[in-house]
Amino acid sequence: MKKRVKKAAITAACIAFWLILWQLVAMKLNSRFLLASPIEVIKRLFELVVTPDFLKSVMFSAGRILLGFALGMTAGCTLALLSGKVKIIRALFSPLISAMKSVPVASVTILALIWAGSKNLSVFVSFLISTPIVCSNMLEGIDSLDPKLKEMSKVFKIPLWKRFTGVYLSQMLPYFRAASRLAIGLCWKSGVAAEVIGIPQGSIGRKLYESKIYLETADLFAWTLAVIILSWLCEKLFMLLVSILQKRVERM
Amino acid sequence: MGALKAENIRKQFGENVVLDNFSHEFKEGGVTAVLGKSGCGKSTLLNILMGLQKPDGGSVILPENAKIAAVFQENRLCENLTASANIRLVTGKIPRETLSKEFGAVGLSGAENKPARTLSGGMKRRVALLRAVLSEYDILFLDEPFKGLDSETKDEVLHYVKEKIRGKTVVFVTHDEGECKFLADEVVRL
Repeated sequence: MKKRVKKAAITAACIAFWLILWQLVAMKLNSRFLLASPIEVIKRLFELVVTPDFLKSVMFSAGRILLGFALGMTAGCTLALLSGKVKIIRALFSPLISAMKSVPVASVTILALIWAGSKNLSVFVSFLISTPIVCSNMLEGIDSLDPKLKEMSKVFKIPLWKRFTGVYLSQMLPYFRAASRLAIGLCWKSGVAAEVIGIPQGSIGRKLYESKIYLETADLFAWTLAVIILSWLCEKLFMLLVSILQKRVERM
Repeated sequence: MGALKAENIRKQFGENVVLDNFSHEFKEGGVTAVLGKSGCGKSTLLNILMGLQKPDGGSVILPENAKIAAVFQENRLCENLTASANIRLVTGKIPRETLSKEFGAVGLSGAENKPARTLSGGMKRRVALLRAVLSEYDILFLDEPFKGLDSETKDEVLHYVKEKIRGKTVVFVTHDEGECKFLADEVVRL
């Protein structure tokens, strides 16, 4: 408990340090166009939160980004399972996964704009970003599965479902956890970036774009802060669900 | 049920012949100790009897539908499961009080809900032993089951195991004459 309080105090002190530094630089520059101060940003965020547009934009972007993330998790896990089982599938998809990992978000976005229009752009981009991350991590987990545990399951004739959850899932969950933590943050980053390029009506990306057009730096920072908070909340919530699952599996 | 039989088992690794026409009918309802120095083929024999390794020659006659349980050379625990979950994985549901009693009997009180990865080597060995003896089996294979236990704990565990395996068919690999004398009804020297 004492350790946790100490850790929280250190984190709070570090955040306070950066906020003070930000405030001082903003005061020194003394230009709202160049750099809005943290106080202005927080004030603007509170103003935005109560507008009906804010919730609509959040729902629009979050819904699509999280849908893309969920689809990416499903596709990544399925592909990893198939690649772990069938060598030819692994060989076939390996170059595609490598390419997906290194293709710039901007290229994917432009391609998606041509193919599918701007409305569901962030679904597509989030999906493309999360799939290779999840697939590679899960495949690494599958490769590290202990074959001796498979023999143990065979000797004790452990039923299939229990074998899946107790032997395999328990070994895979730490990889799933790492993959999802990384993917969810990247989905938010790339999803919003795609919206800035595609400027779909009612999205957070469009709000960011508009703040650039009208030189509303405080708006830009406020929306950015909103994205950071949303991404953090999604990550924490998802990690909580994974932890609950992990505890259940751990105790069987 | 029928007896477990090994008939003319032959196994070699490269030029090294570890089992050369080994035959034995294992005592039904009794403990057979397979005694020998390290590297003489004891674990290989056990793996062949369990069906985990194929012999180069000869055959194993395992009674039909025999349920087997084992303590392997390594612990083979699911590291991310708790100690009791590792046991429930093979035994199915087992009352918490019963499990606590069994854990206590081998000096593992309080370790039930700890993930296996956090246990010491000796504790993991005892969990692996509990998993085997508490499961439903007709034949039990034990490969150096008391490896890594200090003398005091080993004594406690030996008594516990002796009580648990009474009247069961057990094949037990060891290099320790003392363990052999204490547990075995018959001894096969390799």
